[in-house]
Amino acid sequence: MERTVALVGPSGAGKTSALRAIAGLVRPASGRIALDAETWFDASGRLWRAPEERRVGLVFQEYALFPHMTVRANVTFGGNARVDELLERFGISALARARPDQLSGGERQRVALARALARDPAVLLLDEPLAALDAHTRAAVRAELHELLHELALPTVVVTHDYEDAAALADQVGVLVDGRLRQLATPDELVARPADAFVASFTGANLLRGTARRDGGLTLVRLESGDEIYSADDVEGEVGVVVYPWEVVVGDEADGGSALNAIRGEVRSVTRIGNRVRVQLGPLTAELTEASVERLDLAPGRIAVATFKATGTRLVSL
Amino acid sequence: MAVAAALAFLVLPVLAIFVHVPPGRLIDQLSNPVVHDALVVTARTSLVAQGLILLFGTPLAYLLATRRFPGRAVVVTLVELPIVLPPAVAGIGLLVAFGRFGLLGRHYGIWSLLSFNWLAVTFAVMLVAGPFYVRSAIGAFEAVDRDLVGASRTLGAGPVRTFFRVTMPLARSGLAAGEAIALARGIGEFGATIMFAGSLQGRTQTLSLAVYAEFDQNLDVALAISALLVVLSLAILLTLKVSVLWRPSRQTSPSLFARFGSS
Repeated sequence: MERTVALVGPSGAGKTSALRAIAGLVRPASGRIALDAETWFDASGRLWRAPEERRVGLVFQEYALFPHMTVRANVTFGGNARVDELLERFGISALARARPDQLSGGERQRVALARALARDPAVLLLDEPLAALDAHTRAAVRAELHELLHELALPTVVVTHDYEDAAALADQVGVLVDGRLRQLATPDELVARPADAFVASFTGANLLRGTARRDGGLTLVRLESGDEIYSADDVEGEVGVVVYPWEVVVGDEADGGSALNAIRGEVRSVTRIGNRVRVQLGPLTAELTEASVERLDLAPGRIAVATFKATGTRLVSL
Repeated sequence: MAVAAALAFLVLPVLAIFVHVPPGRLIDQLSNPVVHDALVVTARTSLVAQGLILLFGTPLAYLLATRRFPGRAVVVTLVELPIVLPPAVAGIGLLVAFGRFGLLGRHYGIWSLLSFNWLAVTFAVMLVAGPFYVRSAIGAFEAVDRDLVGASRTLGAGPVRTFFRVTMPLARSGLAAGEAIALARGIGEFGATIMFAGSLQGRTQTLSLAVYAEFDQNLDVALAISALLVVLSLAILLTLKVSVLWRPSRQTSPSLFARFGSS
């Protein structure tokens, strides 16, 4: 179900421009924009559909709520068929008569989402949905958003500068630099086989999903793969596990050192980037030197063990 | 000291109008037919001139605020020129454009339509006061967040609906402020009007022209009209301040005077 695509990249890469081009707010110099059989823009055929004829639900980074209208009027502006249902769904019924400047950041975002969905869009476009939020609300909103996107089952494009957000929300991640798409792949593939050094540094971390519970002084996470690992972070429930490739040690056996976590798996790929090698082992990617890869004779198909410390295992709530 | 002197200098002339003659006599003078006629001419010409300024100035300002085209800066400068132009120059310009022997005036009977009547006053007011509104309206439209307009479009509203439901309400207080300035400037118009329309009582003599005409006839009448104009101007200024204070949102409607400065 590859419905959600995230565009990530440094600021100025053209992420927002891409989103605006899809919505019809900017006109690209070349190219083509289509949804299924419906062409919205074609530079060669000089075809142009105005934004109001495109059926997009665009959620702006700063939400762009109409300041002179109530929450209800904002949502109704998109379409009045399902207003009550949407206010209910986003938990903003009580705020229906409030004005945007009376709302918190999280509330504004929910109004913006409800308004975009009231339009009954064929595609949902989210511009930096987490950037305007403080760190505290951010994790909670990311989890809500993840659930919402799953529930909506709408084609969605998310723009973000944060790779972890992209990996958490999207099925496919496109890395955009200077207006060019460097790589479009699943989050796993991006970490395991980055197309170039920029993608490698940008996508830095492994992100695994699992369920966390307290276990003694630590947190035990049962991963989707069935493996269990420990973390020193104190989080419960659905979590994303962040492990940096350069903190993963690869060997034939768990080496009996201080690292608490060990995952046994098959080497799926070995990718050279400059003087380093990225080895995908089961669900994890490890970054090793060429010498280590040769000494261990790592190649696709070989079984090996990845070990990493509980203190180097960061948990983010999803 | 300097501050007190400056304040006194600014306030004293206005105050003097009210203390020179007892207030009771000022009010009596307002029943003078000269005052009545001038009031009617002023009301009529202001109403029509301001209506036309709004009708033509608003689309012009919107276009200049939202479209980027070559020569835009030149057009904006042309619009702003009458603001800094001496009104007497505007008046003589009107004469050579629409006067009996003017560029347009000598054709199509245009001159006979305008010759020394209220319509000529209206023209003079529009030329001198209109740019104040347009300049302020450009600022008000420019201050409307482009994202809000974009949001409206992606939500299914076409350009016309977007203009009336989003752009206009958000620019409203800025437009009102500009209109207040244009109205005040129009009521005070003197130079262009007297050159192009003359000062004929009951036809083209506005309140401002009547002050000058009565000055060597009956000083009390001139003072009474002046007092009336002070009250009118004050009312406009207060309306302006209230409209700027009551904006629908922080991110819209610039401070009016700041806009002039930044242009």
